Amino acid sequence: MIGHNTIVVVLGCAALGIAAGAVGCFALLRGRALLADAMGHAALPGVVLAAMLGAALGWDTRSLPPLLLGGALAGLAGLWCVQRLTATGRIRQDAAIALVLASFYAAGVVGLSIAQAWPAASQAGLSRFILGQAAAMRAEDAWAAGALAALCLVTTLALFPRLAALCFDPEFAQLSGLNIRATDHALLGLVLMVCVAGLPAVGLVLVVALLVLPAATARLLTARLPSMFALSCVAGGAAGTLGALISAGHAGWPTGAAVVLTGTCLFTAAMLARRG
Amino acid sequence: MTPISVTGLSVHYRDRPALLDINWSAQPGLTAIIGPNGAGKSTLLKAMLGLVPSEGETRFFGSTLEAARDRLGYLPQRQSVDWDFPATALDVVAMARRARSGWWGRLPRAEREAARHALSEVGLAELADRPIGELSGGQQQRVFLARALAQNAELLLMDEPLAAVDAATERTIIDVLKRLAKAGRSVVAVHHDLASVPQIFEHALLLNGRVIAAGPVAQVFTPATIADTYGPGLAA
Repeated sequence: MIGHNTIVVVLGCAALGIAAGAVGCFALLRGRALLADAMGHAALPGVVLAAMLGAALGWDTRSLPPLLLGGALAGLAGLWCVQRLTATGRIRQDAAIALVLASFYAAGVVGLSIAQAWPAASQAGLSRFILGQAAAMRAEDAWAAGALAALCLVTTLALFPRLAALCFDPEFAQLSGLNIRATDHALLGLVLMVCVAGLPAVGLVLVVALLVLPAATARLLTARLPSMFALSCVAGGAAGTLGALISAGHAGWPTGAAVVLTGTCLFTAAMLARRG
Repeated sequence: MTPISVTGLSVHYRDRPALLDINWSAQPGLTAIIGPNGAGKSTLLKAMLGLVPSEGETRFFGSTLEAARDRLGYLPQRQSVDWDFPATALDVVAMARRARSGWWGRLPRAEREAARHALSEVGLAELADRPIGELSGGQQQRVFLARALAQNAELLLMDEPLAAVDAATERTIIDVLKRLAKAGRSVVAVHHDLASVPQIFEHALLLNGRVIAAGPVAQVFTPATIADTYGPGLAA
């Protein structure tokens, strides 16, 4: 028996998957997957702080938008740290990403155990943001995540020619009059939005997979960007929908893991199809 | 009108100078930039185009880079991009037409046809729909040349257009360079093969961190200046 709440949650996950497929295409081609992982992990302390702040102010700590806003701000702070560290010229980007990812996540975990001991804040159910629990989402949460995902998809479509030029040859695009910095920031902003929108359903540990798997699956199957983009959206949407349904059917399974495993199955099928 | 005039241009990587106080004017026609590895040839092209930070001033046809943007074309080194990118030869060349069509929506059909025409000029009309990852190195180089042609520029800056290409590609590229010169366009190309300089180019800039010599090939491309540029031993 599938209830109204489940349907809304599954639709939210589908929208999230499609948006992740769209943004993931360009994140993959621009080599931003690890940066996405860092931003996802960096969001945790922001979510925890937002819950504590909400509890202190007497808000409903279960309300999603303030938590996601906190996560987004912390993700941005993480991104800023990575860029500051690499700007020193002494620390390469892979090390900077590892450093920021681990430090922010550790701060988030400590914050989590503090918040857990505080009844008003613990009501936010913060631990679900780690592995994702779509079943715990209320209909309005799914709407919020879905709306954010739709915004990402529309923005990506509108910026398509810019993002394609940026990913293939940024110097040539700059000479053609494209503002490379702004376009690059827009792409990072989209990646951050997908990560944040994916927090409640997929969780911060696995949200990067939702960006990478559909795009990588699509890349295996086609050598043109428009078809890669379309296939990636389809694969992301399918992984989101099926993963949410599986997770709802087996209530104990974290949604993030179910979504990612579905995406992995699609990717494996694409690998086999390519060989065969 | 002088295609390029450079005044007091310097580039530093960290604290190390790569180019020091370059003062140089390019004349209309075909110009080769030559010099040993690490002489700053590519850096000079990129600095003039604002792709690496530099001091000094570069003017194109008497105006700033910003004002002259539509009159310039650029052919970077082939290795500067990832050729596994999901695009066809035509897709890549068509990117050159975005500068005039704008960055919103689909590329108009006329612009795509202009890109197709540029591909036929380098002998790749039949490979327009081939993924770029499946092209040979020489064909990829010609795709880049077609993209530069599709910019329909008065002045083209090319970074080693003839590096590591097959004989057929080399012939095509030299033909295109000569056609451009005949049509009144100017080309400034980083070039590595000293032997072919007098056959292809009218002007030369000999560079090694600073300007060693610049002017018509017949005057500046001499054993003495070559020895000054590369050190003794090569001029024989």
